[in-house]
Formats: sequence, C-alpha cells, structure tokens
Amino acid sequence: MTALPQATEKRLGLVIDLDTCVGCQACVTACKGWNDGGIGLSDQDPYGASPSGTFLNRVHSYQVAVPDGPAQVVTFPRSCLHCDNAPCVTVCPTGASYKRAEDGIVLVNEDACIGCGLCAWACPYGAREMDAAQGVMKKCTLCVDRIYNETLPEVDREPACVRTCPTNARHFGDFADPESHVSKLVAERGGYDLMPGMGTQPTNKYLPPRAKGPGAASPLAPLLDVKATGIAGWLDRMLGKI
Amino acid sequence: MHPAASVILFSTLSGLGFGFLAFLGWGALAPSGWAAFFLWALGYGLAVTGLLASTFHLGNPRNALKAFTQWRTSWLSREAWASVVTLVLLAPVALSGIFGLGLPRLVGQVGGALALGTVFTTAMIYTQIKAVPRWHHWLTPVMFLSFAVAGGATLSGRLWAPLALLSVGAVLLAVWRVGDGAFVRAGQTLGTATGLDRLGLPSVLDPAHTAGNYLKREMIFVVGRKHAAKLRKLALLLASALPALILLLPLGVWGIALAAALHLAGALAARWLFFAEAEHVVGLYYGARG
Repeated sequence: MTALPQATEKRLGLVIDLDTCVGCQACVTACKGWNDGGIGLSDQDPYGASPSGTFLNRVHSYQVAVPDGPAQVVTFPRSCLHCDNAPCVTVCPTGASYKRAEDGIVLVNEDACIGCGLCAWACPYGAREMDAAQGVMKKCTLCVDRIYNETLPEVDREPACVRTCPTNARHFGDFADPESHVSKLVAERGGYDLMPGMGTQPTNKYLPPRAKGPGAASPLAPLLDVKATGIAGWLDRMLGKI
Repeated sequence: MHPAASVILFSTLSGLGFGFLAFLGWGALAPSGWAAFFLWALGYGLAVTGLLASTFHLGNPRNALKAFTQWRTSWLSREAWASVVTLVLLAPVALSGIFGLGLPRLVGQVGGALALGTVFTTAMIYTQIKAVPRWHHWLTPVMFLSFAVAGGATLSGRLWAPLALLSVGAVLLAVWRVGDGAFVRAGQTLGTATGLDRLGLPSVLDPAHTAGNYLKREMIFVVGRKHAAKLRKLALLLASALPALILLLPLGVWGIALAAALHLAGALAARWLFFAEAEHVVGLYYGARG
C-alpha cells in the first residue's frame, strides 16, 4: 500500500494563482466547512483564550522586497500538493497513507492510522495535521467526496476551496492531460513547484504574481516640494532662523 | 522538532537495551543461573520499556499491530519487525544461559547482530526525513549505533568500554558540527518554499493564524541557544567523559553501574537535543528559520 504507484492515470490537483488571491480565507472556511461533516476536523477551545484546531488549508501572507520595483504583498494558500513522489506515503508503517493509482490523490485511511505522526514529519509543506481529538492524521482529500459525487450538481463537483474562491484564484483539473485548463494555465503563466529541491515532485502548481512594472509617481508628489511665498514665506524664513 | 518524552525515552532506552542484548547474544558475558537471569532481564527490560514508551507517542495505538505490514517501504515498520524478531530469537539464548541448556552460539550471534540492526532501523526513521536536514545525514545512524555499542560495552564490562564511550563523545561533536550547518546547506528558504524568490526577498507579513496549531507545536520547537550550549557540554560530560573515567577506576561492579547510569543520563540529554535542535523546513512558512 505505501509503495507509490509507478504512474497514475490521471494527475488531479490544483493551480493556485498568487496574482489573483486576495487572502480572504474563504477557501480555509469552505474547506473546514465541507470536511467538518462526518468524522470531522476537531477544534480545541474554539471560543476560549487559546483556540486551536485542525485545518487542511491555511493562508499565509508575505511581503516581498522587489529589487527594482515597489514592494508587494502576496497572500499564499498552503495545502497538500498531492506529490508524485510523496514522502508522507512511503514512511507510513501501517499502509494508512496512500496515493491512488487512478487519479494520484494522496489520502489517509483513518481506520488504519496509528497516529504516529511520521507522515507529518516527512512532509516539507506542513500539509498534514494530527487531529488532537481523534488521534489520527488529517489532510486535504482534494474533496474526493465531491469531485466524483453524482448526487451533487455538476457545477459543484470540484473541491470546496475551488468552488468558493471569489477571485478564481484556485483551479482544479487533470495535469496528465496537456489540453486541460490547469495544464494550459501552468504553461501560459509559468506555474512552478514549491521547494523543488526536496524532490517531492508536487502535482499542485503555483502561478507567480504578474510583474507590476515600476511604481508610478504619487499624484501627491508635487506637494512635497511646496515653497511658501508672501507672508507665509517671510514667516517660514524668520521662524527657520530662531 | 518537539522533544517528546515518549520518543526520547523510546530511542534512548531501547538503544541501550538492544546494545546490551547484542553483547549478551554474542556471548561477551557468559553468565549462568541467577546472574544470567538478572543480566538478560536488564537487557530485555530496557529494550521493552523503550518500545512501550514509543506507543505513548501514538494518537491511536489500537491499530499498532498494523505497523507490521509495510516493511517493504517504511523504516518504522522495519523497526517493529526487527525489534520483535530480535527479542523472540534471543529468548531461547537467554533461557539457555539461565538454565545451562547449551544452545549453539550461532543463534545468539545472529540475535546479537539483529539487535544492532534494530538500532539501525530506529536511526533510519529519522535519517530518512529529508524535511529535517539535521537528521538527513549518515552520521545519524552512526550516532545511534555508537550509543548502543558504548552502552552495551559498559554494561557488559568490556575492557575497551572507556574507548567506546570516548568515541560517543567524538561522534556527538561531529554530529553537532555537521548538523549546525545542515539547514543552510539544504538550501531551502522562504523564497523556495513559496517560490517568491522569483520576485525578490520575501518575509512574513502576518501570521496565517494567531494561535498555535499542530505544526507549530510539533515541528517548530525553538530551543534557547544558551541552554543548548550548556546541554551539549553536559551531554558530553555525562555520556562520554565521566563514565569513561569512572570505568578506569578500580570500583568493580559499582563502577559499572555508576558509569552506566551517568551514560544513560548523558544519552537522554543528547537525545533531547537531537529532537529540540532539529529544524523542520515547514518552519520557513512561519518565518521561524531566519
């Protein structure tokens, strides 16, 4: 089970567009909302002084000092990348952690999980979180219970985070198909892997923020160099001497 | 990484236990009767206590037996097999020693080799993790094995035990020297973690969440540099120099007991550091790695 498949028929995953993401946290909420059903993602002290809980998706925000341009703020969603060479799968001693041969989704079989936490250690991206109430590992399922769910309207058969994103910063599709929406996006916009040096070969890709060009001069800039004239000018000179 | 008591006790006690069992298996001591009973009980006691401590690390231990299924890929599963096979294989050797049954030496030698093999599999659980650069180095199994051999040699009263203890000190120094630069050498930064190095130099603007979570508690443990420096000296002194010195004094069995106790305390300190100082790359996302 914990041997990785040689190749998968489909390579389902996400493209996350850092250019359009506004960091609204809607994907975090939708993810928690959908996956909280059934067995659930527990919270500890949710309304108390030190709340904590299990989330499968978190949104960071970073500032980037750009060498010859204005600084940029980039909001950055982080979740499982469904790696082709997933180190979280091979370390699992029970076979609970596995990658599906048919579509490449990395899943946890909670009935076989012993909660040793080794898979979370093996993941460079912090994609796995141990549920403090259930003692088993939780991770993004790519909403496997939505994407194939024929009881849902077709428009809803995509991951909850993608469905909810108000700025269309998240895209779902099959990377094995070069003609798919996500493959084209990656080709057009230079989609990239996170920490390629870790050798994980992630399926999910990130699109870089578009180049913003040099910063335009502020419309208020002329006001910075105002010289006082007349009485005000005389006062300015006199007061400057005191 | 969070230095959990369960994993520190597990790796330290089982390391010492299997180290001692290796020496007993090879026949370094050939005790009989009650002496054999107590010595084998000590070896088994340390190894089994360590293994039991490891189960306290599990969130869902009722599935523990399933951990024997994935030996083809998982070092943790291999460790489960190696420890059980070693303990089962050495049981008749222990009984033969206690009751004088005269079992062939070969069984004990195979069991002894497997005992060290078990320590190697324990070390590989950590060594395999690329996301923790400090662990991802061949010195990690060398360190685990040197502790097992030195502890076993001390407990079985080998003449060369002081040398083995001193070599533990040398290995620890090497581990720290290599380990301190490991994270930088691995080359991962917030820039590569987010891919924003394409744009410029990123830094954290706001945290993703204001309260703690599993990732921060488990993998972003920050150890005070001053305390770490003190603990390193203490670990060197207790695990290596002091017990080596004591073994050179004519104190007999009491010297061995004292040296072993000090060595174990030093091993615990060194193992605490092994976890507490290990930096996981996920800390980059939280701005925790410089």
